[in-house]
Amino acid sequence: MSVMALSQKKIKKAKVWLIGIIFLLVMAAVAYTFLYLKHDAAMTDVGNRLASPSGEHPMGTDHLGRDVLTRLMLGFRLTVGYSVLALGAAVIIGVPFGLLAGLKKGWIDRIFMRVADGFLAFPDTVIAIVLSGLLGPGIGNLLFAIVLVKWVNYARMVRSTVLTEVQKDYITIARINGLSTVSIMRKHLLPHIVGNVLVLASLDFGKIILLISSLSYIGLGAQPPTPEWGAMLNESRPYFQMNPEMMVYPGLAIVVVVLAANVLGDYLRDKFDVKKEVQP
Amino acid sequence: MTILEINNLSKSYQPGNLAVRDVSLSIGQGECLGLVGESGCGKSTLARCVLGVEEMNDGTIAFNGLLLDKMNRQELRNYRRNIQTVFQNPTASLNPKLKIKDSLLDPYLQFHKELQLEHFTYTTKKAFVEQLLETVELPTELGDRYPHELSGGQKQRVTIARAISIEPKLIVLDEPTASLDVLSQGAILDLLVSLQKALGMSYLFISHDLAAVYQLSQHIAVMKDGELLDLFQREDIYGTSRHNYTKELISIF
Repeated sequence: MSVMALSQKKIKKAKVWLIGIIFLLVMAAVAYTFLYLKHDAAMTDVGNRLASPSGEHPMGTDHLGRDVLTRLMLGFRLTVGYSVLALGAAVIIGVPFGLLAGLKKGWIDRIFMRVADGFLAFPDTVIAIVLSGLLGPGIGNLLFAIVLVKWVNYARMVRSTVLTEVQKDYITIARINGLSTVSIMRKHLLPHIVGNVLVLASLDFGKIILLISSLSYIGLGAQPPTPEWGAMLNESRPYFQMNPEMMVYPGLAIVVVVLAANVLGDYLRDKFDVKKEVQP
Repeated sequence: MTILEINNLSKSYQPGNLAVRDVSLSIGQGECLGLVGESGCGKSTLARCVLGVEEMNDGTIAFNGLLLDKMNRQELRNYRRNIQTVFQNPTASLNPKLKIKDSLLDPYLQFHKELQLEHFTYTTKKAFVEQLLETVELPTELGDRYPHELSGGQKQRVTIARAISIEPKLIVLDEPTASLDVLSQGAILDLLVSLQKALGMSYLFISHDLAAVYQLSQHIAVMKDGELLDLFQREDIYGTSRHNYTKELISIF
């Protein structure tokens, strides 16, 4: 590839992540501000069901006459909020486990690795379906299942980072200086972990949104009338031929948010990869 | 005055296979003891025992008359404050995610409460970094860079700056020039000589390079297969009482 083409590619990539951030921010701003106040997401208006877009209802109304845009924006809060919640819980559980396994080694590490292997033997979606099937449908159980599936990834990643870094000389030197294990973790290991966790989390963010939505779609997650995007898709299924845009909007919303999250994840990965900067 | 005394030190990683066998050495105040030997002869293991990273199986290490394995918390802290190290690989010795100035500050932040420095006058962190970088002849703006932006020789100068920052009594130099090119090697050795003159520290200088050791050391010890073969004054290097292995090393340098 010529230098020209390479630099053009770089510019394009830079713009894509910016677009991703802008999209997320705009959606968050809309979701958390004025539109929510205009309509009640649960307010039905049977006389005005499946209405076409109008000034009053920019995206029309659904089969019960509820404002689609309001529900979509409320769905942003729910879907993104649930996803952040599950992600946060997975990170909070996974990171200390990984640190512990990497630093202490021995039997703690061996037990941890077997548990992790067990979780990794099944695809995420299958475990999530089985667990929410066992515990019963509902968003709480679904989130629990997602956290249970996801924390292993963080613990494993932190563990492997710790294992590679701990044997380097700068950690030995810190030990010779008498730094405590906690100080070594905080000062020397955390900078390595933060970047990696951030990258993995932003990539997982999209996956979790998909997981929540798809399980809600098949009825295992959020239940109607919750305006979760997957549940909205599910609700609009019978009206697809009559009123297809009712299905298009939540689907589009999922696509946009997941794409934005992935683009952001790619950008963060490039940014935190120190080795890449060295290469010309 | 002797500051570090090693007596009959033995260390094995696997049972029945001694990496270091019954080695006794001593280092005087302001003195440099050179330790020469081929790869795997146990010289780095000896250094790791002195640094407290490895536990010895047998023998004693005494610092200012205090036994390393009998020290209480306070004495151990004082020992660590007075002993610093420079390793072979400067890239691995610096945290790639930390700026140079933050790596430099590490020992200082750990010991700043009990420090009474004679040669350096630190008032601010900025002055600290600048003074140290000047001492090792690096441009002061390198403090804000990351390790991967520096050359190998520059990085090794940074690790030396870190080691001298709290004015230790002894610096263990474990092959500090082995991973550098010939020009940087010479420059680093010159720097180490001038720093020792200025700060009056003792060195335990470990190398496979007899020429480098000869340049720095007042006393030279030769190790092979974990055993101490020869120990002599710098001036006696061509003496007739040298061990045959030492003569062999001299003949190739």
